[in-house]
Amino acid sequence: MQTFEMSQLSSLRRAHRRDRILRHSLRLLGSITGLLVLLITLFVLQEAWPALQNLGFIRFWTDGSWHPLEGSFGLMPMVLGSGLIALGATAIATPLGLLSALFCQCYGPPLLVVPYRRLLELLAGIPSVVYGFWGLVVLVPQINRLHPPGQSLLAGTLILSLMILPTVALLAIASLAQIPSSYWQGAAALSLSRWTTLTRIILPSARSGLFTAVVLATGRALGETMAVLMVCGNVVQVPSSVFDPVRSLTANIALEMAYATGDHRAVLFVSGLVLLAIVAGLVVMAEGISNQGMSSESVIVHER
Amino acid sequence: MKKISTIRQYSLGTVAFLMLGLTACAKPPQAANSEGIKLQGNIVLTGSSTVAPLAIEMGKRFEEQHPQVRVDVQTGGSSRGLADTRNGSADIGMVSRSLKPEEGDLTAHAIARDGIAIILHSENPVAELSPEQVVDIYQGQLTQWSDVAGGPTSPITVVNKAEGRSTLDVFLKHFDLKNSEIQAQVIIGDNEQGIKTVTGNPNAIGYVSIGAAEHSIGRGEPLKMLPLDGVSPSTTTLQDGTFPLARTLNLVTQGASEPTAQAFLQFAQSPQVQDLIEQQNFVPIESAPLAPSTP
Repeated sequence: MQTFEMSQLSSLRRAHRRDRILRHSLRLLGSITGLLVLLITLFVLQEAWPALQNLGFIRFWTDGSWHPLEGSFGLMPMVLGSGLIALGATAIATPLGLLSALFCQCYGPPLLVVPYRRLLELLAGIPSVVYGFWGLVVLVPQINRLHPPGQSLLAGTLILSLMILPTVALLAIASLAQIPSSYWQGAAALSLSRWTTLTRIILPSARSGLFTAVVLATGRALGETMAVLMVCGNVVQVPSSVFDPVRSLTANIALEMAYATGDHRAVLFVSGLVLLAIVAGLVVMAEGISNQGMSSESVIVHER
Repeated sequence: MKKISTIRQYSLGTVAFLMLGLTACAKPPQAANSEGIKLQGNIVLTGSSTVAPLAIEMGKRFEEQHPQVRVDVQTGGSSRGLADTRNGSADIGMVSRSLKPEEGDLTAHAIARDGIAIILHSENPVAELSPEQVVDIYQGQLTQWSDVAGGPTSPITVVNKAEGRSTLDVFLKHFDLKNSEIQAQVIIGDNEQGIKTVTGNPNAIGYVSIGAAEHSIGRGEPLKMLPLDGVSPSTTTLQDGTFPLARTLNLVTQGASEPTAQAFLQFAQSPQVQDLIEQQNFVPIESAPLAPSTP
């Protein structure tokens, strides 16, 4: 009896020690990740600093055009380009992705759902340069027949929506899967129709997860480079129609960085900084939304 | 591209280390004998991505002849080549144009010639454009192919290069244009993207390296090169200097080079590398001075 207690005690102690090691190593790894993000931001800021100091922050928004070698540094058309492409892609991918998720979680027979999910996962795994290449040789010539030159805001939006569709769908599936099965059972016990169950119970309780899915997908769309560079035409201008070519901030960096020196290089880092700020804003927004969701969920729990 | 070259640098370092161990007990390599002196050390080349593939091939052959020498090639554009040569982080810079007057502090060593051809989709019936027409098209004053003799009734898609590329520099200088005057519909990065854009759009006009365009035509892609001033772009017209829109590929150095780098420069200008130059679709310099040390 006593030996049993002894061994129990020592194993408890051992478990405590392991817990402590795990806690400390997790803290270490977590802070390394955080530190990396901080260091990258500081590095970009440091590289962009000469340009910010020499030109001032205002000029990037007031200069009429982007000709860094001739001394004009207007970033506005590219911020707008990035924003339009990302918003357009999100607008197309969100309904498709949410419907895909609802199909997988609520409607589809398992025989269809499993291959469909694999397909979504495959879509998420295709490298962006492959999407870009496909867009350039298949999609762009088709759009060109409709309205030249083909390389356009529309092409970029379509390709990007295809790329972020799996992000929206898979994250939405994950957040729908987190809904406790008691919600379903309760709805069934009340003999609610499937439509009512979805719109009144399932979607509201998964709301924060679904919003996060959309915001993360928008972030991915903003950061996408290769595919956008290949199909958007990369002309720095404010587009007057969806058939006009545009340049995104990411494409700007990728196109010019390899060949840039001095001030030109520094202003490219400024465009990186602006991109970083936009994505950071999005993440803060996502955080806010999911916190809101949390508190409303806890209300439900208390009511129970 | 940069990542690959760093990996290459590391693997080269390892190889060099192993080689040192091997050569310590092996007999001295034959090429070193013919030189009289034994060359060793690292040569770092940085610069133009047009010159880099050629420099890598030249470097491989040079390493075969001088097993204790490592040639490290990194890309980053002609501007980087100039900057790195000036600040000493590269022994030799690769520059895909002639040096400007304000770059007189550097010495250029011409290794090959490359031409820039104006390209159209092969379905486009237009057979020739005058330099004035090219300027008008790129300035957005000619926007319809029907304004050009023999052209179809469709709008022109102008394809231009991104700022900082040496092909753009050469093109702008030849046609006396400023980049801000150009009204482009598509802006591209490398030659291959330009070729894909034009082969995918029968109304497009673009410009790329003659080497890259010939290569693509050889693969059967729907592309054609336009003659300029009555001279059709080809390896022959580039070599005899009659094709006007051409550039010289240079290796640049600052001041006196180390013996190893000096030997590489001579090697790169010698007939020993002529086949490598032709493989890359460039044209050897006609009057390349013979390196005194070649057998």
